[in-house]
Amino acid sequence: MCSNTLIIIPSYNEGNSILKVITSIRNYYSDIDIVVIDDGSTDDTAIISNKAGAVVLSHPFNIGYGASLQTGYKYAVYNKYNFLIQIDGDGQHDIKGIGDLIRNLKEGSYDVILGSRFLGKDHYKLSIFRLFGIKLFRLFIYLLTKQKISDPTTGFQAMNKKVLKIYTKDFFPSDYPDADVIILLSKLDINIKEIPVVMYPNREGKSMHKNPITVLYYLFKMILSICVTLIRKD
Amino acid sequence: MFININLLAIILGIFIFIIIIELVRRRKLREEYSWLWLLTGSGIIILAVFYDLLLDITALIGAENPTSTLFFFSTIFLILLCLQFSVQISKHTDQVRKLAQELTILKTVLNRRKNNIE
Repeated sequence: MCSNTLIIIPSYNEGNSILKVITSIRNYYSDIDIVVIDDGSTDDTAIISNKAGAVVLSHPFNIGYGASLQTGYKYAVYNKYNFLIQIDGDGQHDIKGIGDLIRNLKEGSYDVILGSRFLGKDHYKLSIFRLFGIKLFRLFIYLLTKQKISDPTTGFQAMNKKVLKIYTKDFFPSDYPDADVIILLSKLDINIKEIPVVMYPNREGKSMHKNPITVLYYLFKMILSICVTLIRKD
Repeated sequence: MFININLLAIILGIFIFIIIIELVRRRKLREEYSWLWLLTGSGIIILAVFYDLLLDITALIGAENPTSTLFFFSTIFLILLCLQFSVQISKHTDQVRKLAQELTILKTVLNRRKNNIE
């Protein structure tokens, strides 16, 4: 460990893009440690990441995006990192945004910095279903926390130690940690800030929410999770 | 009699809903396993409130009476539930096997290093 900041990259079959992501990060931020969480990939994501100089945590099988993130959080807490940035392994997140996330986080007024693709000048077009989901969760978050979060499903964010310790608990969702987690943080009086970042469309057209069944399940799960988050005492 | 059975069905549906939400709230039931129960609870309430809908479904499937329809769909629900569990058990069996194998190998490597064999 050579810094107090860690970048985690949860990855599942990102063999085509992970090398570019890691080398771009190294070019801009040579003093930040990088960990790739390989979530049971069937391609050479782990081998490529290892050769590129990242620490690789390989799950024995696929356990989900949220679980992969949590593996990264637990690694960060175990190794006593103060700050963590999470970024996707598919190259969608513009690396230069890392600097903005860290700068805002280290100012100290906020515990979580969310990178929003909607606050910048322009952003790539999302599918109608994705946009509907995002607008619905924006509304939920605003009604329940009075906070305006434009990109509740962003995977590009930074957090401090305080939030890391919360995220290592058992309640953290193993599949889709999105609006329900933001609402929970708000309940725990965690200070959240959103800043503009640049995001590109996935070059291979891959998405976690590919088909109508997974989209329907995602919507159902998020709405149920938000409802029970509100009535939980802990 | 008719009104009492309907009321009983509505109460049962609401009861299922409350139990499932409470189990999810207490983290004893994961969201991914709750959808079928919530769908069933909703179905019971809807059919109890809109009895004519139950009669229409009975006619559609060619059942003798609404009770047969309810038994039929109860059986479908139980089959789907068992199928969901069978799929999950199969997945978990594979995962446990992989974990056991990886743990065995890790323990062996650790012990060999401790004993300075390598």
